Amino acid sequence: MSKKVLTTPIKDEDLKDIQIGDIIYLTGTLVTCRDVAHRRLIEEKMPLPVDLKGNAIFHAGPIVRDLGNEEYEIVSIGPTTSMRMEKFEKEFIEETGVKLIVGKGGMGKNTEEGCKTHKALHLVFPAGNAVYAATSVKQIKEVHWKDLGMPESLWVCEVNEFGPLIVSIDTEGNNIFEENKIEFNKKKEEQYELISQQVRFIK
Amino acid sequence: MSVTMDKVQQKEKMTDLMSKFISLVSYKLPDDVENKLRELSEEEDNRLAKIIYKTMFENQKLASELKRPSCQDTGVLQFFVKCGENFPLIGQLDSILKNSVYKSTQETPLRHNSVETFDEYNTGKNVGDGSPSIFWEIEENSDKVEIYTYMAGGGCTLPGVATVLMPGEGYEGVVKFVLDRMTSYGINACPPLLVGVGVGTSVETAAMNSKKALMRSVGSRNENENAATMERLLEDGINAIGLGPQGLKGSKSVMGVNVVNTARHPSTIGVAVNTGCWSHRRGKITFDSNLNYEINTHEGVTL
Repeated sequence: MSKKVLTTPIKDEDLKDIQIGDIIYLTGTLVTCRDVAHRRLIEEKMPLPVDLKGNAIFHAGPIVRDLGNEEYEIVSIGPTTSMRMEKFEKEFIEETGVKLIVGKGGMGKNTEEGCKTHKALHLVFPAGNAVYAATSVKQIKEVHWKDLGMPESLWVCEVNEFGPLIVSIDTEGNNIFEENKIEFNKKKEEQYELISQQVRFIK
Repeated sequence: MSVTMDKVQQKEKMTDLMSKFISLVSYKLPDDVENKLRELSEEEDNRLAKIIYKTMFENQKLASELKRPSCQDTGVLQFFVKCGENFPLIGQLDSILKNSVYKSTQETPLRHNSVETFDEYNTGKNVGDGSPSIFWEIEENSDKVEIYTYMAGGGCTLPGVATVLMPGEGYEGVVKFVLDRMTSYGINACPPLLVGVGVGTSVETAAMNSKKALMRSVGSRNENENAATMERLLEDGINAIGLGPQGLKGSKSVMGVNVVNTARHPSTIGVAVNTGCWSHRRGKITFDSNLNYEINTHEGVTL
């Protein structure tokens, strides 16, 4: 199977045949955007200083080396828990027109709805692989909201074949983590019954 | 040379070595974790899981070659110190450790992960009020110090939870408490996890035990026969849930389950869960009174 690469700006039709469990790669603009940036746009009504239409965001807080003269280098970059942004993500997609949300772990009903209505994807970059990820960041083009500190600033990155990105929510609103959870919970109940019989140490 | 000068120099030497050691922990996993991940990946036949393991091994190789933090979230540093009563820098150790975190943050570099609470600003130094956290034990008749250094990111810190059960709920209640946490929060904490379970009297004793459990090596067993049985049962049980790497399904879920226990009040069972992600960046270093060191977790590595 050939490598599926998406290039920004991404249009609705680029995403229509992509399903949960597929693996894609990204070339173009990827902006780090996490807790406080989401809160600022949605709750504090502060306009985002970057245009995200057709682009991708990354729930990530990188380690960045300051080279001086407003030049920076990514040392390590990887995803953080996406679920923390669940509360904001539907409105975030609506307001920004962002097409890809890259992070870690699953997201919930709000994001499913946002992805379905506005044709966007949530993707998982295998977490903890921050040097591997850094090698596909070609450069940091801009940085905004530096007052939030290194992890929370908006680092605008130019990436080349960034991935593997595993599709966790597709444009139909299917959600791989929610599907898995049903199976996990069923197995958990079975295991509880099995184990609890064998740990009756208080007699 | 005066004795005070000596102490200043010793302090500087230990700060320098600890800073390098913290850096090492950020880019190289301990041997027990590396070996277990290799073993788990060989047993895996799920398509996505295999791709994820491949990415993990390539990442660790790159991190080690480039000496860069293998995961961007280098945590709020924690130290578990067992200090001999006669270790010459016993009184300076707290400040040595704090300074070494700052130094390593500049030099490695590590991420700035210290946000002052209520005032809500990032100190930009990776140290702050009460951070790094340093937990002490004093050892009689010894002039050595053993230091566990631990770097836990936000992802695997988030599942941490403690409660106090009624004895009527028994160890069955402990099992339920642990299993429930795995399918709710464990999925997002970067499995395969090392699960630390603490059992004791109250929330803080249980919580401390659960963190100490994560300092024990992967594959080690509790000395108490019943506790060891529970470790094995929980390990097999959580594995049977099949979380797989990143919670995207697979044949296993955990690197292991470690239980640390202390005596309890007759009316309570304190229980806590702490999780370590697959990138379990734990290192142990021992210094003698002349500051000669031995690294116990990473064989063949010098600073």
